[in-house]
Order: sequence, then structure tokens, then C-alpha cells
Amino acid sequence: MVSKTRHKESTKVSRAVKKAVGSYQRDQDMLIQILLDLQSMFGWLSEEVLTEVSEQLDVPVTRVYQIASYYKAFSLVPTGRYIVKVCLGTACQVRGAPQLLNVVSAMLKMKPSETSADMRFTLETVNCLGCCAMGPVIAVDGVYHSKPSASDLRTIFEAAK
Amino acid sequence: MSNKRLCSASDLETLRTEILAKRNPDKPIVTVCTGTACQAYGSLEVFRRFADELKKQGSRGSVVEAKATGCHGFCEQGPVVVIFPQEICYVRVKLEDVPEIVSTTLAGDGVIERLLYKDPVTGERIAKAPDIPFYKNQLRIVFGNNKYIDPGDIDDYIALGGYSALSKALFLMTPEQVLEEIKRSGLRGRGGGGFPTGVKWEATRNGSRGLKYVIVNCDEGDPGAYMDRSIMEGNPHAVLEGLTIGAYAIGSQEGFIYVRQEYPIAYQNTIQAVRQAEEYGFLAKGILGSGFDFGVTIHRGAGAFVSGESTALMSAIEGKVGEPRMKYIHTAVSGIKGRPSCLNNVETWANVSVIINRGAEWFNSIGTKGSKGSKIFSLVGKVNNTGLVEVPMGMTLRQLVYDIGGGIPKGKRFKAVQTGGPSGGVIPERCLDTPIDFDELTKLGSMMGSGGMVVMDEDTCMVDTARYFVNFCCEESCGQCIPCREGLRMLREILTDICEGKGKEGDIEAIEDIAEVMEYASLCALGSTAANPALTTLKYFRDEYEAHIKEKRCPARACKALTAYYIDPAKCTACMICRKSCPTEAICGDKSIIHWIEQEKCIKCNACFEVCPPRFSAVRRISGEPLPPPPAPGTRVVREKKR
Amino acid sequence: MPMTITLQIDGKEVKATKGMTVLESAREAGIEIPTLCYHEKLEPYGVCRICSVEVEKKGKTRIVASCGFPVEQGLVVRTRSPRIDKIRKVIIELVAPTTMVDGEVAGEIKKIGNEYGADIHRFESRFRAKPTRCILCGRCVRYCDEVIGEHAIGFMGRGIDRRAAFFPEKARACLTCQACFNLCPTGKIPSETDFVVFDGFSVDDYLAGEL
Repeated sequence: MVSKTRHKESTKVSRAVKKAVGSYQRDQDMLIQILLDLQSMFGWLSEEVLTEVSEQLDVPVTRVYQIASYYKAFSLVPTGRYIVKVCLGTACQVRGAPQLLNVVSAMLKMKPSETSADMRFTLETVNCLGCCAMGPVIAVDGVYHSKPSASDLRTIFEAAK
Repeated sequence: MSNKRLCSASDLETLRTEILAKRNPDKPIVTVCTGTACQAYGSLEVFRRFADELKKQGSRGSVVEAKATGCHGFCEQGPVVVIFPQEICYVRVKLEDVPEIVSTTLAGDGVIERLLYKDPVTGERIAKAPDIPFYKNQLRIVFGNNKYIDPGDIDDYIALGGYSALSKALFLMTPEQVLEEIKRSGLRGRGGGGFPTGVKWEATRNGSRGLKYVIVNCDEGDPGAYMDRSIMEGNPHAVLEGLTIGAYAIGSQEGFIYVRQEYPIAYQNTIQAVRQAEEYGFLAKGILGSGFDFGVTIHRGAGAFVSGESTALMSAIEGKVGEPRMKYIHTAVSGIKGRPSCLNNVETWANVSVIINRGAEWFNSIGTKGSKGSKIFSLVGKVNNTGLVEVPMGMTLRQLVYDIGGGIPKGKRFKAVQTGGPSGGVIPERCLDTPIDFDELTKLGSMMGSGGMVVMDEDTCMVDTARYFVNFCCEESCGQCIPCREGLRMLREILTDICEGKGKEGDIEAIEDIAEVMEYASLCALGSTAANPALTTLKYFRDEYEAHIKEKRCPARACKALTAYYIDPAKCTACMICRKSCPTEAICGDKSIIHWIEQEKCIKCNACFEVCPPRFSAVRRISGEPLPPPPAPGTRVVREKKR
Repeated sequence: MPMTITLQIDGKEVKATKGMTVLESAREAGIEIPTLCYHEKLEPYGVCRICSVEVEKKGKTRIVASCGFPVEQGLVVRTRSPRIDKIRKVIIELVAPTTMVDGEVAGEIKKIGNEYGADIHRFESRFRAKPTRCILCGRCVRYCDEVIGEHAIGFMGRGIDRRAAFFPEKARACLTCQACFNLCPTGKIPSETDFVVFDGFSVDDYLAGEL
């Protein structure tokens, strides 16, 4: 079968993986840390990266895939340049987070976990950003915005190019 | 920091004296809270502006220092700026306010009234932080130091007496004596379980000889709880010191700090703190010249609430997927790679040095018979003063919500306080005089949990609250065991249906059956406690469930599928305010023509309800009754002529 | 010399050796405890929870998975009780919708369901996901890991999105091995692989959202 998730330069991948694995002295216990670094570097974890990690760290590929598919921090598909996170934590929930999500969803024309066709945005919901006094909160590319109005949101999304 | 490696207890004291000698207690310092929440309000820019302005204005002989600290806890009022030595507290400080603060309060002796905290009841402006009721009623044993410390500078911690407990433990106490002190203090785990810390340490110590591990659990995942984040960000050395003392008592040379991935600032600050501690020799072979070796490795989480469960966390540290395991042998006896492992929460570790320095008797004097010391809570939701508060065990819930929290905003009625996160439960008004105590809260059907305390008012639907927590646990379940995975799936469907008016006879019994199976047959505590929010809301608010199921009515008028928005023609003065605020243009009418909501277009966003001026209060939420018929189109407002 | 332990199961005195589990000692004594995810060649996993029993020690009773709970001197075990029976009944009721074929359940699930009076249609109308026919007992994954050593099948995802998926490159060995086929309590593996291919069951299918 043809995998749609391939990097073009496999030596680039194997070199990046070698560096990541090496920075933890090829310690198998650090598998999750290694994947976090690679996720950060590539923005997602391709089949090639995961297979390379399995080989270089000498752990079964099933274990690598299990970890990569289990955690929210990892993406097995390419993600957008700007991650938009809407907090649905308890405090934000009682302060209108679901309505905020509706508005953001409508504006970006996406449902949570989707990525826009132009790869600009990925929309996610998270369970608590930890700024409960400011709720409802939305984070765009790591920058937090408290109680954004519709026009605030338009400004934020337009600025994200 | 100096580049000395400390090789003895006296080296540490010499360093401490040197640091203090360079610090003038009367020197003005402007501290800016740069915890994650205040940073989200722009406090980092405020701090940088202070640093710039102080260079420019050259106030008071150019000896004013600007310091970026961790979280102060007064999150509702951020960005918070506290000026020492007077402890003048400015709240909601904006970038534009900085030059005025510098010229008025730093260069001069004045105080800017409009930036002071205003008591919502008395209207009084309060200048000094310790006088503000929010702070005054707290007992900030663990959290209080945050406002003095720049987490990037270990010398700040040392100046406050940091690492003196470690020194005392290593040189004036045996490991057994340290263990005894913690046992006698009565300290119980602050992460949720409330297990006696001394007993856990002892079990680990008595585990098989050889490698032993100590672990900091900073995987704080209860939505709405961020105490551990603020400690780890703002005072990481308090945790490191406690961990090292624990390792000494237990006989461990290797520690792990597990920080959740969603806390990047805490992670960075911990890395930096570890590095600085290593440079001084607080984490080393032969710490302070003693025979005790100890070092730590930091692990990041990757976004899974269940990874905070102890067997799951230990799995993750082994590089395996962070899911719980069936274990009938305590991890203190057999944990990471089968070795004795002692896992404690951030706040638990942060209490250790305080206990060693001030003694078990002192710690015992605070709190109740079964719950000693203080506890940090994240007080959030429908309460005036949201933020992090530290109170002695034994304070009542009512005191916490009203004296410190300042009561419910907008004159709304208190309904319940939810404690213990997704494993906990709701506590109604009639139980508000319960003292904060592990066992007392458990008796009510809830639990202390990690410290999340969410206040709910009359507008909060209890069925929706249960649905919310069940949904959370359903998404976070590892999915291994049938009771939790399938139980939560079904509970979510049932509760969602009830909230959407699709509840049926037998649903409450189904919820109770599933909850019983989850409680007794789940593999881990996520599953066995996930039904608690449903069970406690049923226990205290069963009438709400019955209204939803039998009458298709939501008493709180919060469930959208059961609520309609209606403008009372008798009260509407056609002022146009709601028309302008409606995001879907669902309100028809005009100036002097009665407004009317077109139900098909209404998305129940609540905007019209919020903006209708209180003197008219024309917008009503109706649930469980038929909507009155609309007025004839074009009906004019009848205005009473003023006499 | 392995230490002999005496415990009581359903009122009967049972002798066991230290290190055994309650399930093992019960089976040796001829006492029936139903299981789904247990396999004598595999490390106990403890996820189906069907083997739950009451254990009483020093006057305190708790409910544990007998496949993992170690025997202890003087332990009192009850393999049946109103609560235990309810647990087994409701577990079957909860998995019935996803394992049903043409409105029926089969094999061990049917047997246990009948024994405990499960209403397999109880939660049918509220099960709105696509049935997977998998109860995630993990016998396939664990057998391949622990006994065969091929690591050709693994778990992906979390919670109700958790799936077992084959890894095609590895699965080439599967065509001759087929060890997991007869381990599957719902019959999913042999029926969906047609004893031949693994299309529709692989990690690529998982990533495409088709599992």
C-alpha cells in the first residue's frame, strides 16, 4: 500500500532521529521524550519518523505507534501552522466556553481536530489551560486570549498568516 | 548566583550571609506576577516596561529593582504588582500604568487609588496586600514565598532560608529521624488520595534493598486546578529540596520529576532550577559534603490525564505508554522496573522542608485531627475572587467561598461547590459549614482531591455538570478495562440524552447500576471514581434529574435543548439593545415596536439575557412550559406617561 | 520449598502455593470463575474484570480481579455475591452492542450472559458508535508479544477510540502463524481476516479512521 505520509528526504529524517535519540543517550526509557522532541521539530510524526525511532532505539514498532497514537501532544497527520485551542475546562465551561467554540468553529469553518485546507489552522479543544480566572480562554499559537469578542477573533485569525 | 560549589553546611550558611548582606530590606522592589495566568493578561510586557522605565526615570538613586515572580494567587485581579517594602498592591495593571507607578510610588511616596483593590462589599480601596481580605484570611505556609522569588534565581530561595532544611536533615538528623518527623507531622498526600505520606515513605524505605526511586507528580490534570503549576513555576526549589530530603529518608539516589506537557513554563523553570541546584551542589554526589548522593531526571507528559495515575506515570517513566496497570502490590514496594518507588504530589513535597524546619508539633497545631497543615485550593467558577488560596485544614467551605472568595457575583444564589475534580462531587448549600478535611469531604460523597474548588450558582445545571465530568473522563480514559471504557461511553450517552430532553424512565437506575460496576470493578481510580459527579448530583439534586426526564424541564434553564428565550411584551420597551447584540439577527422589532425572538434562529447564546437592562428585565428563559404566543407583528410599546 | 498457603474460596478450604493468584488456586481446586481476557500462557492483564471476586482480610472486604490478586494466608474469597453477579451481568450488557452479530452474541460472552441473566439489548439503542466486535481483551496483542515474540499487532488510540491493529510489514508472518485467530473471544479476527488477508485491520486503516 502507498503511504501518504512520507517525507521526501529519508536521510534528513534518520539524521534528525539519530540526533534526538542521541541526546538521551539512546535510553529506551526516554522514548516519550524523544517523540516529543521530534513532534516539536517536524510538527507531526510520520511513518518514517516512527519506524526510524523503532529501529534506532530497538523497540517494537507497535510500542512506538501505541505511544504516538495515545497522547494528545502527538499528531500522526500533518497539522496546521497555527494551533487554535479552545479551553473547555470546568471554569471556562461555566463561563461560556461552548458558545466561544461555536463562534470559532463557524469562523474557521472547521470542527475540532480538523485542519484547514490551506494548512493554516488546526482547531483543538483542551481540557484546561490553567487560566481559570480569565475564562473563557482561547490560545492561538501559544498566545492566550481572554474573553475574545467576535471582532477580536477576526483580528487574531487575520493576523495569523 | 555565585559559582561556588558548596561542600559543607557552613559553606551554605556563609553563602546565605553573603547573599543577605548584598540585599537591603528597605530597598524598593517592584514585583510583577508572571505566572502563566498573569502572563496571559500581558504581565510579562508589564514587567519589561518596568525594567525599561526604571532605567529611564532613574528613581530614588536608581536602586529600585524590578523582579518577575511566579504566581501570587490573586488571579482574578491580574496582572498583579506588589511594591516592597510597603507591600502596596496594584491590581489589573496595564502597560500604560507603568510610568505613573514608577513616578508616583517608586520615585515618590504616593499611591494610585484607581489601581488599588476595591472591596466589592464596602467599596473601600485597600493599599497593602496583607490587608486585602483575600490574602488576610489565608495561611500561606507553602505558597506565601512565591511573591518574593524570581524562579530563575536560586539566590532568592536561599535568601529566604532555602535548603536549610536539607542541611539540617543531612547533618543533624538520621534518615530514620527525618522519616519519624514526617510521620508525626501527619502530612497526608496533597494530590487527591490523602494517603499518609510518612507511611508511604516508610513502606518504600522498607522495600527490598537496592535501587529506590522518588517521584514528583506534576501531572496535575483536574480541569480548573493549577496549584501545582504555580508551585513548580514559581518556587521549584521548594519541591527539589523536599524531594531530596525525602530521598535521604527513604534511601534513594535517583529522583524523577514528571511535568505535564501543557505546563511549558513550569518545565523550563524546573530545568533551570535543577541546573542551578546542581551547580551549587544541592543535587550531586556527596551533597554539601555529606555522604548522600542524589540526582533527578525530568520527564514531560504528552497530554493524557490518566498518566497522572501512579502506575501509569511509572510506566511512562519506563518509556512505555502511560496507562495504568493492574497492581495489587503497592508501588512503594514494587514500582518503576519493580523497584520500591515513592510517588508524591508537588504540594506534598513542598510541605517537607517547612515541616523539617518548623517541626512536626508546629505542623500538628494547624488543621483538624485527621487533616494537618494547610491546603492550596484553586477557587474558580462563579465566585468573585478567583485564584489560588491556601487555608488551614478545618476552615469551613462557607468561609472559603464567602470570606476569601467574596461570595457569588451578580447577586446570584449559591448552588453548589464542586471539589475533587472529575473524581469528586458537588456539595450543596446545606453542607457549607463542613470543615475542609479529607474525611469530612469524603463523608459527603465528594473528596478533597488535588484542590480544585469550582463554585456554581443558580444558573448551573447539575445534570449538565455531571455530563461535563463524565464526558471529560470518557475522553481521558485509557480504554483498557470494560467497566470504565464502556461504562463511561454509556453514561455519557444517557446524560447527554437527559440534557437534550431525551431522558427516559429507567435512566436513573441505569446510571446507578453502571456507577456501581465502575466503582467496584474498574482497573484504576479514574474508572472507580469517574461516576462520583453523577452520583453526588443525583444524591443532592435528584429533583433536577427528574425534572429533565419527566417534565423535559431544566430548572437552571441552562440546557439549551430544554430552554427557550422569550421577551416579555409587557416589559419590553423596544430599546433595541438586545437586537444589536444578537449574533444571528433572531430578534425582530424596532424602535417602539415590541421585540420578539424568532425561535428558529435563536442559538441560545444568552447575549440578550445579559444585555437587557436590569430595570426592564424583559428577557426570560423558559423551560418546561409552552412558549406564550407572539404579539401581533408591529405591536407598539405602550409607554406610561410620566406624571 | 514453595510456601503452602491455605485460603478459603466459597466456604471451601483451598491449598495454594505462594505466588499463585486467586484464579489459579480456584481453578486448581476445581472452582469455576469466568474469564474473558485471561490466558494461562500470558501475564494476567486484568481488563475484562469478569473474574472479579470479593476478598476479605481482617474484616475488610474489597472487590478485586482474581486473575491478578495474589493468594494470602487466611484470605476469604467469595466468587459469587449479589454485587459480583451484577458486575458480571452489566459487563456483558455493556459489551453486547459492539460484539453483536445479527442481534446475537456468541461464545464465552453468550455463556456468561446467560449464566448471569444479562439483557444483551439493554444498551443497544444508546450505542451510537460503529460496532467493532472487539472487547479489547488484548489476547491477540499479548500472545504475539509474549509467546510468539513477533509484535505484529498492537494497540492504537485511547478510550473508546482504542483499537487493536495489525502492522502489515510484520503481518506477512501472520499468514502462516495465525495463533491469535482462535484466541479471539468474539471471533472478530478470523471472520474479518478471512483467514487470509489483513486489509481493513491494519494501522493504515486506523489512521484513515476506518477501524
